[in-house]
Amino acid sequence: MLQKTTFLSHSYAKPDGHTLAAYEASGGYTNARKALGMTRDAVVDEVKKAKIRGRGGAGFDCGTKWTFMPKESKKPCYLVVNADEGEPGTFKDRTIMERNPHAVVEGCIIGCFGIGAHAAYIYVRDELHLSKERLWAAIEEARAKGYLGPKPFGIDYPVEVYVQTGAGAYICGEETALLNSLEGRRGEPRYKPPFPAQVGAFGCPTTVNNLETIAVVPTVIGMGGDAFCRLSSLALFNDGGARLFGVSGHVKTPGVFECAVGLTLRELIYDLGGGILGDKQLLAVIPGGSSCPVMLADEIVNVPGDPRFEPYNGKSVLDLPLGVETFRAVGGMLGTCCAIVLSEDADPVLALHNLMRFYRHESCGQCTPCREGCGWIERILDKLVEGHATMDELDQLHRIASDITGNTICAFGDGAAQPVLSFVRKFRKQFEDYVLTGGKSQTKKLVA
Amino acid sequence: MAFSLSAEQERELGRILSRYPNKMAATIPVLHLCQAANENWVSDEVIQFVADKLEVGSAHVKGVVTFYTLFNQSKPGKHQVWVCRTLSCALRGAEGILHHCEKRLKIHAGETTADGKVTLRTAECLASCGSAPMMQVDKTYHENLTAERVDEILDRLIAD
Ligand SMILES: Cc1cc2nc3c(=O)[nH]c(=O)nc-3n(C[C@H](O)[C@H](O)[C@H](O)COP(=O)(O)O)c2cc1C
Ligand code: SF4
Ligand code: FES
Repeated sequence: MLQKTTFLSHSYAKPDGHTLAAYEASGGYTNARKALGMTRDAVVDEVKKAKIRGRGGAGFDCGTKWTFMPKESKKPCYLVVNADEGEPGTFKDRTIMERNPHAVVEGCIIGCFGIGAHAAYIYVRDELHLSKERLWAAIEEARAKGYLGPKPFGIDYPVEVYVQTGAGAYICGEETALLNSLEGRRGEPRYKPPFPAQVGAFGCPTTVNNLETIAVVPTVIGMGGDAFCRLSSLALFNDGGARLFGVSGHVKTPGVFECAVGLTLRELIYDLGGGILGDKQLLAVIPGGSSCPVMLADEIVNVPGDPRFEPYNGKSVLDLPLGVETFRAVGGMLGTCCAIVLSEDADPVLALHNLMRFYRHESCGQCTPCREGCGWIERILDKLVEGHATMDELDQLHRIASDITGNTICAFGDGAAQPVLSFVRKFRKQFEDYVLTGGKSQTKKLVA
Repeated sequence: MAFSLSAEQERELGRILSRYPNKMAATIPVLHLCQAANENWVSDEVIQFVADKLEVGSAHVKGVVTFYTLFNQSKPGKHQVWVCRTLSCALRGAEGILHHCEKRLKIHAGETTADGKVTLRTAECLASCGSAPMMQVDKTYHENLTAERVDEILDRLIAD
């Protein structure tokens, strides 16, 4: 159901929307002040009731994650905000940092209080220079007002917020790689357990949250967790509130749109995205960043035995509300909610080739199945698009990708395998055509 | 010649160190600071300088430098251009933009113009997918590119 909201995006159209004056004029920082007057448990309770599924891609419930932090800790605790935003197709966090940075700072104050931390590090990928500048400016403004520092709002709960930069490595978006990078190391993912809530940044208990997850927390405190949750039409699926949706690729009006959870892909592509370029047919859509399985326009929802799916069974996946659990149930993945749209003009074989070059380039190389597998896959795809691959090699694509899944330190491996497994299965005919005729009947292009 | 920072840059280094519980954590931000102060690349002298300042081994610093793509291990051109070519941009014509840059600058991606003005590179998704195709020039994003826009931008770099 299409229902636009403006909790995060109300400032987007204002030229000065990123300033403290504009933020406070629309009620900014009243929620952090309120939260610091509550008990820590009460804050976490509101966040739990809100049913915020992590906006970073994995969709873990934010409030539940916060409860993993120790109640008492001899060591300092940290909040780490993930703004590495590198998942292909994803461009939503950047809009918050550039145009509503104070929501992040206010969210950090509440987040620190909720997990028992006194410092938050916002890890921003280095390329986002304007984002870093706006975040630092917001931090300075908030500190000058006494909202950060030893006594925020006069309350004895010190909070400091820092911006930390990466240096160009997609894998640093993975939370444990990010922690290594924050500690000044190579961004190589760590084995889990221990989980960050036990041993995170600098060996101390740490919560890693996506930037959008943190930025929405002030809204939750302001309106109450229950009310926030009920904005969503997927509350039954434990998926509450409102979030940012992005759409890119072959649509007429690509962009980021804030809506209540429950939006469908059809609404995202046709109502918000303005429909397919040149009024062509939709070929496929990758719902939430490139690590999600691709979905075809003619896929039908069929989830028997779960009454919650009754309204959707028999309908197109385009009409299934975008939620963590709804998409999991149809063999898909919601990811970051930033969809990449391919029109009938796009060649799916070239699309996969493009993505697998990315994964080969970004594998950190620690695990053999991921390091070697991504290389083998890219080389087979190189041959395929040149028209030299064999049927046997086409089958190997599937085998190599299956062998990566579940056999690696981090979820990058699964993220790299998903596109291969889904593209090769769902576009079998097009892949075979490349083997048999060098792709004669394909468009051999990506642009529409 | 040994590498050193100006007084203002030293103060910035001090501010960076104050944010972390230990010195090693400052490795990446301090490398960024030093790279900017060293014509945008990290030389062996820079690595030794950072290692000494942060009291970590130079092998540690070198390990970090070689992991991240944004630390240059040789001197790039005066201006750096990155053309994003990941899927959302590719669907909107990134390949054409890249070829246009290569033709205009008379170099291939990964190379620097003979006069040392411009280094052309490809990039993976730069979180600007909704305004594709796009490229980054030094610290600035240029979005919704057309061949004409690219010409204007490159002309300015070449003339600089
Ligand atoms: C390869 C890889 C890349 C990731 N990149 C990002 C990213 O850029 N931003 C992000 O917030 N989460 C990213 N994640 C997810 C994080 O590991 C983590 O789950 C998330 O930051 C937790 O925040 P959330 O629970 O608020 O979503 C990535 C995960 C993997 C495996
Ligand atoms: S799965 Fe890939 S990216 Fe993740 S740790 Fe292993 S090699 Fe590195
Ligand atoms: S694909 Fe180019 S910015 Fe995302």
